[in-house]
Amino acid sequence: MMGLEAHVFSNAVTVVLLVGAGVLVAVVRRQRLWREAAHQLWDRRKLAIIVVGLYLGVALLDSIAWKGGIPEDVLDVLPNAPLTLIDRIFLGTKEASYSAPFADVEFYGAAPLRQPGSHLLGTDILGRDVFYLALKGARVALLIGGLTSLIAIPLALLFGVGAGYFGGRFDDFVFFLISTLASMPGLLLLIALIMAMGRDTLSVCVALGVTSWVGFCRLSRAETLKLRELDFVSAARALGVPEIRIVIRHILPNLAHLIVITFVLMFSGLVLSEVVLSWLGIGVDGSWGQMIDGARNELSREPVIWWNIAAAGSALFVLILAVNIVGDGIRDVLDPRMQKGSP
Amino acid sequence: MRKDASRDGETLLRVSGLQTWYPIRQGLMRRQTGWVQAVSDVSFEIAPGQTFALVGESGCGKTTVGRSILRLESAQKGEVFFEGRDLLKLDSNSMRAARQHLQIIFQDPMASLDPRMRIRDQIAEGMRSFGIGRNESDRLARVRALLERVQLDPDTLDRYPHEFSGGQRQRICIARALAVEPRLIVCDESVSALDVSIQAQILNLLRDLQEELGLSYLFITHDLSVVRYLAHQVAVMYLGKIVEQGPTERIFDAPAHPYTKALLAAIPSVDPERRGGALAVLGDVPSPSDPPAGCHFHTRCDVVMERCRTQVPPLFELEEGCSRCFLAEPTNPGD
Amino acid sequence: MSVLLQVKNLRTTFPSASGPMPVVDDISFDLARGEVLALVGESGSGKSMTALSILRLVPKPGKVSSGSVLLAGEDLLRLPVTEMRRVRGARIAMIFQEPMTSLNPVVAVGAQVMEAIQLHDPINKVDARSRARALFAEVGIPDPEARLDAYPHHLSGGLKQRVMIAMALSMRPEILIADEPTTALDVTVQAQILTLLRNLQRERGTAILLITHDLGIVNELADRVAVMYAGRLVEVAERKALLSNPLHPYTQGLLKSIPSRTPAGERLPEIPGVVPSPDQWPTGCRFSTRCPLCFEPCETIQPEEIEDSAGRRVWCHEVERSMDAESSS
Repeated sequence: MMGLEAHVFSNAVTVVLLVGAGVLVAVVRRQRLWREAAHQLWDRRKLAIIVVGLYLGVALLDSIAWKGGIPEDVLDVLPNAPLTLIDRIFLGTKEASYSAPFADVEFYGAAPLRQPGSHLLGTDILGRDVFYLALKGARVALLIGGLTSLIAIPLALLFGVGAGYFGGRFDDFVFFLISTLASMPGLLLLIALIMAMGRDTLSVCVALGVTSWVGFCRLSRAETLKLRELDFVSAARALGVPEIRIVIRHILPNLAHLIVITFVLMFSGLVLSEVVLSWLGIGVDGSWGQMIDGARNELSREPVIWWNIAAAGSALFVLILAVNIVGDGIRDVLDPRMQKGSP
Repeated sequence: MRKDASRDGETLLRVSGLQTWYPIRQGLMRRQTGWVQAVSDVSFEIAPGQTFALVGESGCGKTTVGRSILRLESAQKGEVFFEGRDLLKLDSNSMRAARQHLQIIFQDPMASLDPRMRIRDQIAEGMRSFGIGRNESDRLARVRALLERVQLDPDTLDRYPHEFSGGQRQRICIARALAVEPRLIVCDESVSALDVSIQAQILNLLRDLQEELGLSYLFITHDLSVVRYLAHQVAVMYLGKIVEQGPTERIFDAPAHPYTKALLAAIPSVDPERRGGALAVLGDVPSPSDPPAGCHFHTRCDVVMERCRTQVPPLFELEEGCSRCFLAEPTNPGD
Repeated sequence: MSVLLQVKNLRTTFPSASGPMPVVDDISFDLARGEVLALVGESGSGKSMTALSILRLVPKPGKVSSGSVLLAGEDLLRLPVTEMRRVRGARIAMIFQEPMTSLNPVVAVGAQVMEAIQLHDPINKVDARSRARALFAEVGIPDPEARLDAYPHHLSGGLKQRVMIAMALSMRPEILIADEPTTALDVTVQAQILTLLRNLQRERGTAILLITHDLGIVNELADRVAVMYAGRLVEVAERKALLSNPLHPYTQGLLKSIPSRTPAGERLPEIPGVVPSPDQWPTGCRFSTRCPLCFEPCETIQPEEIEDSAGRRVWCHEVERSMDAESSS
C-alpha cells in the first residue's frame, strides 16, 4: 500500500508507538488518580498483565527488521530480505515437511530431520517451526486489535461527543450516519473494503476500524448527553470557558474510563474477527487466523496433525483471556473508585 | 434581618419582563404541543452589596430565573441589565467577558465539581478565561489565598473533589466563583443540600464575604428561615410569576399575598410552646405546563374570590413592595 | 404507656481496611406503644442505619454484629428469615425519603398497594381493591377510585408519599418507621404530610420511629427525641425538655444553628469543623474535636450514660460534672 519499503515503515510505526506509550505513561504518572488506579490494577491482576506484557514483548521483537546479516549456509531466504529479530532467532530451522513436536523424523517416517528433537511444537507442511509461526502471529494480532482500536475509538469519539455535546444538525447527521452503517451487513462491507484497499495489515486495520466504531459512538454520545447536563459543565460555561475547551478538559477526561474499557474489549473482538476473515480467505498473512484456517484440513489426515492448530488456538486463547482479565480489572479499578465520595 | 444596605443607589442588576418558556415536544415528529411556562414576566432589581432572595417551591421557576440571567437557559422575552448592558442581547464573545462579574454556585456540591480534576485546576480555570494572574505561579498563589479565605487548608489543593465532605466542596465552589472577582453571585439552593450545622458555617461565610467584598447575591431557595437571616429583599414566586415582593422584615411580619402567608405558616416552628400551627394549604402545586386560568394560585387559595378564577391579577404596589393579588388592589378613594 | 420496642446495645458494622467499623455503636432506646420517637442526627450519624438494622435490611457488606431488638419481648435479630418477613410490613412498616424511587414505575399504584395487602393477608382481588380504595381515602388522596389505576409518574411527590403511607399502614402495623419522609417534598406539601401522620398516629395508635435532621419536624410530631452523633446517642429526652433546655453541647449547637433562632443582625452561631468519618473517630467523646466545652477527660474517655430524675439520658462529661456539682451543693 505504501511506496516505502515495508520494513522501514514497520520500524517507524514501532518507534511511534513506543514514543506514544512513553508519553501516556508520563501523563498517567502525573495525575494521582490514575497513578493510584494503575498501582491497584497491578496488585490485583499481576499475572494477566505479565502475560499481556510478554505478548507485547514478542510483538516488539518482531517489529524491528533490517536487511542483510544472513549466514551463507541458510538457503531458504533471499540474501537481501528484511528479517526481524524473531526471524533471525529461528533462521535455518526449516525442515522439509511435517514433523511432530520433539520428533526425530518427519511425520510420515520418511526422512530424518535436520534438527531432530528441537522443534517445540513441531513443524507445518512447509517445514517451518510452529512455535516460530505462533510467535510471529503475536505481532499481527496486536496490530489488528490495537491499531484498529486506535482508529475506531477517535472516530467514534469525534462523532459521538460532537453529536452529544453540540446537538442540532450535527447530531442529526451523525444519527443518520450511524443508522446507515448499522443497517448494512457489517461483514459484507468489510469484505468490500478489504477487496478495494488490499489485504496488507494496515488496510485490514483501516477497514475493520471503519466498520467497528458505531457501537462506541452511541455509547459516548449517550454519556456525553448525561455529562453535559451536570452542574460542573454549567459552572465551566459560567466561568467563561470556551465550548471546545470544555469538551477537551471536562467531557473527555470523564469519558476516559469508558475509553479504556472499550479499547480492551474491542481488542478481543477484533482479533477474533480476523480469524473469521481468515476463514473467508481475506485475513492478514501470518496471523493465527490463517494458521488455524490452513490447519483445518490437516485435522482430517490420518494420523491427525494437531499441533499447529493447537499452537495458534492456544496463543489466541491465552492472549484474549489475559486481555479480558486485565479489562475486567481496569473496570473494577476505575469505575467505583472515581465515583466514591463522602456525604 | 438585614437592613437594606444599598449604598450609592445605583442598580447592579435589573431584570425586566423576563420570560422563559420551554417547548413541549411530543410524538414521532417532535411537534410542539405546548409550553412549560417556567418564568413569566419577572422583574426585579438588585443593588450593590445587597442580597435579593427568590423564594418558592418546586416548579415555581426560581432556578430558571437564575439560569436565564446567566444565559445558561434561553429566555424568549425581557431584559437583563447588568453593569449597564442588556445581557440577553450580547453576542457570545461579549457575554463571555460579562460572565466574569456574574457567577453562580449550584445546589449539589458533588455535581458542581469535575470529579477528574484537581481542585486547584478547577479554581484556577476561571482565572485563565479572564486573564487574572500573570503566570502559573501567581495563579497558584491566588488559589492558596482563596482556599484560606473559605477556611480550607491550602495544602489540600492537589486533592480531588471526592476527598472532601459536602460542606467543604461547597466552599471550593465558592472559592472558584470568587477567583474571577465577581460582583454578583447567584446562589441556586446553595445551602439546601447541607446539614444544618454546616449550613450555618456556609451562611456565615457568605455574609462575611459580602461585607468584605461588597458582593451582591441573588439567593434562590425554598427555605424561608435562611432567607430571613441573609436577605435584604425577598420575592416570592409561584408557577413562574412573582406573587409578592418586599423588604425581608415586611414580608415576614406582614405578608400580603395568601401564598406567602401559607408558605410562612407551613414552616414547622422549633419553639416547643408552638405546636400544631402548620396550617395545611390544600392540594399540590399545579404543573407549570398547564397553569390554572386567572390567578395561578386560585385553586389552592382559602380566600379565593369569583374574579380570581378568570382574571389575571397584575402586581399591585404596596407601601413596601408589591403583591399580585386582588386583595391588594388599592380601593378607590371615596369608598 | 407500655414498652413495645426495646433496642439494646445495637451495633452495626461495616468492614474496612482497619477492621470492622461500627456505624451504629452501642445504641439503646425504647419505643412505647403509640409513642412518636424522633431519631435526630446529621449525615454520618448512623440514624438511617439504625432503622435498617431494626428491620434487618442493612445493605451488604454491613451487618448487625451485636445487640438485641425486642418487639413485645421477641428478639427480631434472632428470628429466622421467614419469620422476619412476616414482621416486616405487618408489624413494623417503613416509609422512605424518596417517593420517586420507592414506587415501581411500571405498575399502577393501586396494584402495588394491593400487592402489599395480599402479601400478608390472603384475600381476593376485589376485597383487596376495596381495602386499597379505603386506604387511599384515609390518607387523603382525592378521587381514590380513579387514582388506583394511576402510574407513579402521574402523581406529584406529595401524592406518591401518601401512597407510600397507605402501603405502609395497610396491615395496621404496630410501628411505623419513617426515614426522612418529607425531606424531598415542598414545604406546603410537607405540612400536609405532617398533619396526616399526626392524625393517623392518633387515630390508629401506631408508634412512629421518626428519622430526621429537621428539628422543626421533631417539634411538630415527636413525643420524645433521641439525638445521635457519629454512631452514638448523645441525648435522649422528652420533646419540650430537649427543645427548651438542651443539655448536650451538640444539641445546643444544633438548635443554635437554626437561622430562625438568631435575632436580626446577629451572627449565626456555628459548630466549627466537620463530622468525623468512622476512620477518624477520636478516642474519647466523638464530639470532643468540635465541642466548645471540651475539657480534660473528653478527649480520652468516652462519656458514660447519665440518667436524671425526669428520665432524660445524656452522654457528656461536662453535664456529669455540673450535675455532680449541683447534687453536692
